Amino acid sequence: MSLKIMQPGLSTSIQDLGRPGYFHLGIPIGGAMDRFALRVANMLVGNPEGAAGLEVVFMGPVITFENDALVAVTGADLPPKVDGVVQPGWTAFEIKAGQTLSFDFLKSGARAYIAISGGIDTPPALGSRSTYPIGALGGLDGRNIQAGDVIPLGEVDMIEPGLHVPADLRRLPGNPAELRILPGLYWHRLTPAAQEGFFADDWAVALEADRMGYRFKGGKPLEFVEREQPFGAGADPSNIVDGCYSYGSVQVPGGLEPIVLHRDAVSGGGYFTLGAVISADMDLIGQLQPHTPVRFKKVDMEEALAARAARKKMLADVRAHLG
Amino acid sequence: MTQIFSPVPGTFYTQSAPGEALFKQPGDAVTAGDVVGLVEVMKTFIEVKAETAGTFGAYLVEDGAAIGAGEPFAELKD
Repeated sequence: MSLKIMQPGLSTSIQDLGRPGYFHLGIPIGGAMDRFALRVANMLVGNPEGAAGLEVVFMGPVITFENDALVAVTGADLPPKVDGVVQPGWTAFEIKAGQTLSFDFLKSGARAYIAISGGIDTPPALGSRSTYPIGALGGLDGRNIQAGDVIPLGEVDMIEPGLHVPADLRRLPGNPAELRILPGLYWHRLTPAAQEGFFADDWAVALEADRMGYRFKGGKPLEFVEREQPFGAGADPSNIVDGCYSYGSVQVPGGLEPIVLHRDAVSGGGYFTLGAVISADMDLIGQLQPHTPVRFKKVDMEEALAARAARKKMLADVRAHLG
Repeated sequence: MTQIFSPVPGTFYTQSAPGEALFKQPGDAVTAGDVVGLVEVMKTFIEVKAETAGTFGAYLVEDGAAIGAGEPFAELKD
């Protein structure tokens, strides 16, 4: 059971739900940037939710199937085609041995997730098949997929095609996208005017936006409360004595362009972080194209936890819908 | 009239680097496989090639402008 990659797309990688537990050693959590979409894709083809699939960015791969399989594509609206015939998204469809999966142009969103019945069966690294190219870990030889790759699949009893998740059980960012942020340990480093301006300004996704972090531009430079920099911190007011970074934390080097750290981010460093995007909104970031307008919204812990509960409920609703 | 589309969202360029000649001028002959545009995204520059031959008509998107996936950026006269 395997897939043959004819064309890889722009940056297609094998991802599951990641490898938590090693961030303190500098190894990122990794995994799908839109975890909801990967979970749903797997459910549609009868896989465990955490099975490995393909994360496709902006431009789809071309893949030939060596065996019959069920496939579902979720996340971004990147229409899948079987031997040139367009298939619906968020729906399980069948591909026969010898047929080719390709994609139309991206319509909306940024990352599509391809789940294949049986799941991708490359060797796990530190408990996960997720690809972390900078660390040459996971995936196929620790890198993104390339033309000519043969990707092994797990064995499975195929379920019936046709399972479908309707639009009200999907989630894509609005325009402008709204990302909710919980201010953090270094919030006091900003002047009151900068604290207010950060949430009032119009931002847009910059071109430097990938699995490590998403950069935003367009807002006013942030002003810092004056202080004598502590020993060990750099001279720039956005520098701190090295600290830990969390998944979702927002650093603003030089006070200029905020960067939200994502699944493949470093775990620590010397930039202040003004807070973190709440866990409920991290999946949305994976669906933002460059130039998308973005507003940041300040929330407190209570609102963040309520949003997390709402996301869990939506996942439970999908599970219930699919039986 | 044939249009050429960007496969990815990003920033569109009509030449390989600032100060270089445009990939194509109106009236230039285009052969399938010729580079006709450049799109920058995720720290990567993607060359977009013509899939058919023709005569270059015009760019539809300005140099340095934002472009969407599937958006046409140039026209060929058949």
